[in-house]
Amino acid sequence: MRRRLLPLGLIALLLGLWQVATSTGAVVDAFDLEPFLVPSTAEVASALWENRGLLADNAWVTLREILLGLGLALAVGVGFAVLMHRWRVLRDAAYPLIVASQTIPIVVISPILLVWFGYGMTPKVVVIALICFFPIAVNALDGLRSVDPQAVKMMRSLDASRWQRFRRVEAPAALPSLFTGIKIAVVVAPIGAVFAEWVGSSSGLGHLIQSDTANYQVARQFATVVVLSALALALIGLVALAERRVVRWR
Amino acid sequence: MKLELAGVTHSHGELQTLASIDLEAAQDSVLGLVGPSGCGKSTLLELICGLAEPSAGTIAVGGASTAEERLARCAFMPQRDLLLPWYSAIDNAALALRNQGMRRAEARAAAGALFERFGLAGFERARADELSGGMRQRVAFLRTLVAGKPVLALDEPFAALDAITRAEMQEWLAAALRSDPRTVVLVTHDVEEALYLSDRVAILSARPARVVAELSPPAPRAADRDAAVTDPEFVVAREEAMRALREGSR
Repeated sequence: MRRRLLPLGLIALLLGLWQVATSTGAVVDAFDLEPFLVPSTAEVASALWENRGLLADNAWVTLREILLGLGLALAVGVGFAVLMHRWRVLRDAAYPLIVASQTIPIVVISPILLVWFGYGMTPKVVVIALICFFPIAVNALDGLRSVDPQAVKMMRSLDASRWQRFRRVEAPAALPSLFTGIKIAVVVAPIGAVFAEWVGSSSGLGHLIQSDTANYQVARQFATVVVLSALALALIGLVALAERRVVRWR
Repeated sequence: MKLELAGVTHSHGELQTLASIDLEAAQDSVLGLVGPSGCGKSTLLELICGLAEPSAGTIAVGGASTAEERLARCAFMPQRDLLLPWYSAIDNAALALRNQGMRRAEARAAAGALFERFGLAGFERARADELSGGMRQRVAFLRTLVAGKPVLALDEPFAALDAITRAEMQEWLAAALRSDPRTVVLVTHDVEEALYLSDRVAILSARPARVVAELSPPAPRAADRDAAVTDPEFVVAREEAMRALREGSR
């Protein structure tokens, strides 16, 4: 209870402070800004309410991109981790490459993807999948490799085939680590989605933030950020819930 | 099933772990292997089980000497219990049966039939962390026994237990082997445990391990352990074993 109440209290305190700082004009005076550039907590709340339809529509677009991107990263990342675990030569060959690929900024890749795949959903899904692939693949592989060699020997001695060893020992042992990877991926996925939408799109929360910047719709911009954060938090919560249900032995 | 080791030598790269070991164990007898820590006892056990091939020499289990044949005839119980935390006690015990292709319900029924005899009744659905150290060890032994193999290879089965539980478990194992005799290779660094449980005890030297002495304990697996281990003949055997162990450690 205390662990839930404390962060909520802190959020309420910060929102209250922001309300006071903006409504008294303190922020505007301190940074010499136009008042409409510094919306108060109440103004953001009302923008959130007034634009609920627009925000929901765009949130749905972004959520779909995130889910598809995550799903793709999960399928390819886990598949690749299993192959690298099974064939050492593949791991030795591909692992440095996977790590090196992370040094290429997504900022550079996104415009290329846009040229290749157009303005539709595909380049967004690919960008999200690209940034989610790494934490998922690396953590899944670490999990698979974390298995006690003695347990593998025990299973061999108890007549387990290669597949049975994988299914009954290696795969379950890898699950906690895989969930760690998914949690990291879920945190970075919305960032990838927003960025991909900035590069070129006609809908989505990232697109909305960008067009509101051009039109000085600052209160709605803040409201969009709130929705984006809520989306990310909800996803993290869902993953944590799934983890508790699946990894029951922890 | 008879066990014969002739000139078994083994190296890990440059490091020689076993130096020409000759040993025999008659059908349904217990062969104890005692030696200083790190002398290669566990390696020898893994070689016997067919988890690896020796660098030189032959190991025959019931006359069969390929690793594959030995693997099919020996059940290996690793040093720690290594119960899989994602399975209940009964599913851990039934692991070998499941690997051998038995359906879950049948495997559970077969393993469950032994729970009562092993003092585990009522704990079929318990997870590993809900069991005491002694119970975990019994489930691990049950898992090894249920595999239905003629030879059991036990690697320091009671090393992790406190002194009292350990003595109880030795008595328990003695009773289990009296009612269901198997050929057993028991690795331990506890001289008393080896002398109480084994028909023959081989004392191994420090690495590279060779056999420095072979003893025939006076009353293997006697029903009254306390009486057995305080018997003057047992005490003499223990002193002899300790002397051999000290000499071999030099």
